[in-house]
Amino acid sequence: MSDQSTEFTRLPETDDERDDPERATREEVLDFWAERFGVPSETFEGYTFWERGAGKLWLYRGHPPSPVDIEGLGMTFLRTRQEHWKPTLEAVQRFGEHASRNVIHLDEDAAQAFVAGEDQELDWDGDWGYLVVTHDLAGEAEPVGVGLYVYGELRSQVPKGRRREL
Amino acid sequence: MEPLDRYRPIVDDFEAFIDACERPLPSAVRVNTIKTTVERVQTALADADIAVEPVDWHDGLFVLPKDSPGANWPYFHGWIHGQEEVSVIPATVLDPQPGDRVWDACAAPGSKTTQLAALMDDTGEVVATDNNLGRISALRTNTERLGATTVAVTHEDGRNHSLKPFGGEGYDRALVDVPCSCEGTIRKNPDTLEDWSLSHVEGISGVQKGILKRAVEVTEPGGTVVYSTCTFAPEENEAVLDYVLDEVACEIVDYDLPLNHAPGITEWQDETYDPSVADAKRIYPHHNDTGGFFCAKLEVPAE
Repeated sequence: MSDQSTEFTRLPETDDERDDPERATREEVLDFWAERFGVPSETFEGYTFWERGAGKLWLYRGHPPSPVDIEGLGMTFLRTRQEHWKPTLEAVQRFGEHASRNVIHLDEDAAQAFVAGEDQELDWDGDWGYLVVTHDLAGEAEPVGVGLYVYGELRSQVPKGRRREL
Repeated sequence: MEPLDRYRPIVDDFEAFIDACERPLPSAVRVNTIKTTVERVQTALADADIAVEPVDWHDGLFVLPKDSPGANWPYFHGWIHGQEEVSVIPATVLDPQPGDRVWDACAAPGSKTTQLAALMDDTGEVVATDNNLGRISALRTNTERLGATTVAVTHEDGRNHSLKPFGGEGYDRALVDVPCSCEGTIRKNPDTLEDWSLSHVEGISGVQKGILKRAVEVTEPGGTVVYSTCTFAPEENEAVLDYVLDEVACEIVDYDLPLNHAPGITEWQDETYDPSVADAKRIYPHHNDTGGFFCAKLEVPAE
């Protein structure tokens, strides 16, 4: 199945229902958000998870019949079928407020550099890997996107089309 | 402005109308309540020293007299979306409720689709259709940036919309904001009228009829359909309504619109339309200092 496929198939609930061993289950997705970012599984109650193309997961607040052959279903949400699963910027902006682990808070200058797509050397004494990046907006911390922290560096994962000079 | 001359008989204060059409329109933004609140947007824009003017009929709309909407933090976070004031009307008239199933028949680039999802608190289902893959890409980008999780996008001609992918279920409401000759957008796009021709107006009117008819067909008894264009041409407005009244079971109903407007017209050149088309609303640029717009509310009779 390629990324050009327009067929969305619903994730199996658990390992028992899984035919393709590479395919993520709903249970694994919930565990990923809970373990990596501390996002409670209840956050995703009422949502269904779908795969289109290999490893590209979408989240939809509804229960259409599976498979469904259309152009878009809710939002892209998570990249699986790779060593480290990677949330999308959209997923983090929408659900990152529930994150309590692996969240890095940036000051205004660093946040602007992050959105411009720049990698920057920053101190971080937590886990390496994908982080929820936040900054202050209208007086509160607000999730802005996904960063990859490795070797003392926060690498911006803002997709090229979303980068801005703010 | 020459193509607009033919509206002299139907537009009050025609000179003021033409003057307004020649004035540019500032940017407007709609607050995306899926991701934030009006108050937080006000704070964030004020913190960024971006001047805003409130819009008196809608508290989630702001005019940015000096800025374009796209290069600031609230935009990046999907808290605001650039959307012309009159373009906010049809979704508010459709008035979808949380949990509804709604069809957006000509959805790209998604301003009204995401507004529908927000009005429904991002619950229920918005099936968003467009016939152009390039525009669908813009629709998907906007849906994602604004964080809507209840929008399903389909690529098809609205005239032949299929209920099959979703198991054959009909809709509670449908928004039919059709492709049109766009005369009402002249203040935003001054070259809009350069390619104007009566044959285009008449041709596109056939497409509009087909899409509106399909929308009424797929809306459940007791449901609501809103028909809108951003143009003044009666061929694309009242004539389309008149056609669909004859073809499928529906009626045109009155609604409140907190903007100055004129009623739909029942006579145009050699044509006479059903009297109920007068309940449609014509919004002219000189009435509220906005773009031009046309909007009608239809109901599908309960069984």
